[in-house]
This record gives sequence, structure tokens and C-alpha cells, in this order.
Amino acid sequence: MHYKTLERIFSFLGILFILFAMLFLFAIAIKLFVDGMHRIFDLKFYTSYPSRFPDQAGILSSLVGTIYVMAGAIFWSIFLGVPAGIYLEEFGGKGRIARIIEANITNLSAVPSIIYGLLALGIFVYRFNFGESILTAGLTLGLLMLPVIVVTTRESLRRIPRAIREGAYALGATNYELVFHHLLPYSFGGILTGVIIATSRAIGETAPLLTIGALTFIAFLPPPPWEDFIGMLKSPFTVLPIQMFNWVSRPQEEFHYNAAAAGFILLVVCLLLNSVSFYLRYKLRKKYTW
Amino acid sequence: MKIEHKKKLDYLFKGFLIFTSLVSIFVTLAIVIALIEDTIKFFTHQEAGGFPTSLIRFFTEREWTPTFEIKKIGIWPLLCGTFLIAFIAMIISVPLGLVIAVYLSEFASYRIKESVKPWLDFLEAVPTVVYGYFALLGVTPLLQWILGKFGLVVEGMNALSPGIVLGIMILPFTASLVEDSLRGVPQYLREASYSLGASKLETAFKVVVPAARSGILSAYLLGASRAIGETMVVAVAAGMFPNLTLNPLEPVQTITGYIVQVALGDLPFNSFEYLSIFAAGFLLFIVSLFFNLLAIYFKSKIERY
Repeated sequence: MHYKTLERIFSFLGILFILFAMLFLFAIAIKLFVDGMHRIFDLKFYTSYPSRFPDQAGILSSLVGTIYVMAGAIFWSIFLGVPAGIYLEEFGGKGRIARIIEANITNLSAVPSIIYGLLALGIFVYRFNFGESILTAGLTLGLLMLPVIVVTTRESLRRIPRAIREGAYALGATNYELVFHHLLPYSFGGILTGVIIATSRAIGETAPLLTIGALTFIAFLPPPPWEDFIGMLKSPFTVLPIQMFNWVSRPQEEFHYNAAAAGFILLVVCLLLNSVSFYLRYKLRKKYTW
Repeated sequence: MKIEHKKKLDYLFKGFLIFTSLVSIFVTLAIVIALIEDTIKFFTHQEAGGFPTSLIRFFTEREWTPTFEIKKIGIWPLLCGTFLIAFIAMIISVPLGLVIAVYLSEFASYRIKESVKPWLDFLEAVPTVVYGYFALLGVTPLLQWILGKFGLVVEGMNALSPGIVLGIMILPFTASLVEDSLRGVPQYLREASYSLGASKLETAFKVVVPAARSGILSAYLLGASRAIGETMVVAVAAGMFPNLTLNPLEPVQTITGYIVQVALGDLPFNSFEYLSIFAAGFLLFIVSLFFNLLAIYFKSKIERY
């Protein structure tokens, strides 16, 4: 056969496979939308608690739980991840400790997420006695987000030219001043992109929360943090993916519609977060040209 | 502020930075310690028959029923289910990933590449429990319909549909890693091939792909490691029945699926069921670590031209 024809066939095959993958994405979105349609547009779905009756069951407690848990996870991952990224990129050098930490973080990002769940169950729940609570869930997801945040922090610091650091030191800035007056402001956008991507991944994460005993039937809300912060941290929780998993694993078909509706909301949130991070990355590429 | 105070603050600040990076080491150590400690407790537990016999039983028995009255602790059904599903996923993911990667790196124009990439990334952003839903209620009925025409009975829970869904789920990940390693092949190799009269397709598959083979292998190993550790898709769609079979149309249980199943119940601390998920999890950790280390090894083998 003529090689031009072969090339055309191959290009066609490549596009076909990519379209197939995309079709899969659309098929998922449409399937969820169609199955869950009458719940998605039902206002009561968002304002009621889980119930034995599929038509009255809602996602209020799992929505609120998701917000609390993710707030905790974002706090921990930023609190631990950004300084670690700064240390490795700016002060770690090529020393042995820095190399070990680096290899370690690469390995951590490849550990299956359910193993994090076992860690949380063994260490946080039973050895530290945090219980099966919002605090434990936030810590667990925070650790899961950690490697992503460290890597993106390093990448966005790497883009800042050396001259800025040398200029700051030449004017007598300490490390602290260099980081807070120069490096963090310039790399803020990049770090934010990393946080958003890590958040979108953690929001959909189910497995590690299942093992630490997320309840699926919670008919009350945790106390608001401004009234009882410790009580909020200690209160049991459920999150959207767990609620969805619970509904999908029931035999009654009516519950599957609820699962589809919850899944659709989850999907929309994740895709929105991803689009925001794309937009940010696109804008940042234009903003700084050193 | 006095300069001495500034210096002190600076030390504190640097100490804080070092502390936070050491946390990652603590986490790894904690994972390993928690897993090993409870795994040892599992193997020395009364109900498993104490250390030496229980380890032998772990690898010789053919059933996995630690939660039943009669406890059998042969790991093979779980391992078999895990590898069966990962294998199906790789059957989907390897050829599709290779074609997409070669197409994107060697054939596609810049504009196509830029517009396709975000969509592949979206595929990666879909929550895994959503993939599970789709496997159970979208792909399985479809397979039942199609394979039913050939007279094959597909059960409601089976290994095939989560395998296929997993394969597509890891596709963007493997494809982009493969593409990276293809792009690492220097341009002059392609030019040399063209100048000898090879066509574009011949260059791609006879020069570029072989030159990037360690990178490609490493990408697929990482993909396989993901498929092995993935939980929600298999927990929803593969069934909850540890089954020593290679038939993809039957329900199976994976290691991750078992952990989810047991964790859903109320687990008394240090009970036999509680310890069994740590033993299974430890094995999963070892298997995925092995794949990752292999991937790192092959990555280090990438030839620098």
C-alpha cells in the first residue's frame, strides 16, 4: 500500500481513539444526567437528609460534610506542602536529606489512596484517638493532596529568575523576607493552580474515607465552627462521594437515580475546578515573562 | 527590628521549613509501621493459628474467608482478582495509549494537540466513584446485551466491565507519559530515518518507539500500578465475592474491594477482621511499590542521546 494511505489510516485511528476516550467522558456525563434528572432539578434534594425513602433522601449532610472536610484538607495540605516545597526548591540544595525527601514525595504520590485510608484508620483513629471524625478525614485527604502541592510549589518557584533572589539578598533581606516579600507573591498563581487541582482530586476521593468509617446515614449537621470548633472537628461526617457510593451499592433502582444525581453534581464540581485551573495556568503564562 | 532578632527569626523560619518537609518522611514511616505492625499481629493471631502456620496458610489455601465462621486465609483469590482486572485494563490501555501518544507526538498539528489535551485531562478529573457507577450501570448492561447475542452469560457483577473502565480511566495518564518519552527522542534520529527514505509511519514505529522503549515501559508500569491500587470502580462493579477464577465474566474481588467491604462494617480494634485488612493492604502496598520501583528502574534506563 502506498505509504501516504497508511499514514492517513493511522492518523484516522489516532483521532478515532481520542474521540473514543472523549465519547466515554460524554457518555458518563449524559448517563448521570439522564438517570438523575428528576433529582437534580429537585430543590428538596439539596435541603434534605438521607432517608430510607429514595424520593425524600437528599444530600444536605454530605454537602456540608464535604465543605468541612475539604476546608480541613486544604488547610493541612497548604500548611505542610507549601513550606516543604519552598525548602526543597530554595534551601534544600543537593544534600542527602533533600534527596531522600524528594524520592519519598515521588513515592508517596504513587501509593494507592486506600493505603492512606489504612494509615488513617491505624494511626489517627485508633492510636491518636481522633475518632472517625471530620478532623481525621481532613488530615487524611490533606496528606493525599500533599505531594501534588509540593510539586507545583517547586515548579512555580523554579520559574522565578535568580536575579530576584540575589537582588533581595544584596539588599540585606533575610530568608524569611525573601520568601514572604518576593517568592510567595510571584509564585502565588502557580501554587493556587496546584491547590485547585489537588482539591478537585480530593473532592472525588472515596476510598480512604470509607476505611476510616465515614457514616452514610447522618441526619444532623455538625455544629458550626464559630460556635463549637472542637465539637465540629470531632463530629462524625459523610461526604458526597460516600453518599453516592452508598446509594449505588443498594439494590433498589430508585436509589440509583439519587446516586446519579449526586454523581452529576460531583462531576460538575470537579470539571469546574479543573477548568478554573486551566484558565489560571493560561493567564499566568501570559502575565510573567521575565 | 534588631539584626540579632532577625537572625533568630530566620533560624526559626528555616526550622519550620525543614520540619514540614520531614513530615513527608514521617508519613511514609507511619504508613510502613502501621501496616507492618498490624500485619504481624494478623499472622500471630490465635484465630489464624499463630505465626508459622498462618503465613503458610496465607500462601497455600485457596479460599479467603476471614470474616466467616470457618476462617480460611488464602490470599490467592484476592490477588487473582486484582491482577485479572489490572490485566484487562492494560489490554485496553496499552494499544490505545500507544496509538494516541504516537499520533499526538508525531502526527498531530500543534492546534489539535492543544485542543485535545484538556479533554484528556478532564477524563482524569472524573471522580472514581463516578467511574464505578458508569461501569455498573452503563458498561455492564451494554456488555450483557452485546455478549448475550453470542450466547455468553455476563453476571451483574463481573471483572470485565470494571477492567474496561479502568483501562480508559488510566488512558490519559499512560498516554501523556508515553508521549513525554516519545518527545524525549531527539529530532536527528527522525531526520536520519527520513533521509534514508523511511516514511513517517516507519520512522515512528521503527525508530522513535524503539528508541523510547524504556520510557514507554515505565509509563505502562505506572499505569498498571494505578490499576492495581484503584478502589472504587472495582468495589462498585466487580462484586464482593473472592473467586479464584480467570473468567472475566464472573464476579471477583480485589484486595482493595475486600478492604472496602470489611471497612463498611463496624470494626472492633485489633479484631481478626480489622487485622486482615492490614495484611491485605500490606500486600497491596508491596505489589504497587514493586511496580513503581520497576518503573523507576526502567526510567533510569532511558538512553540519553
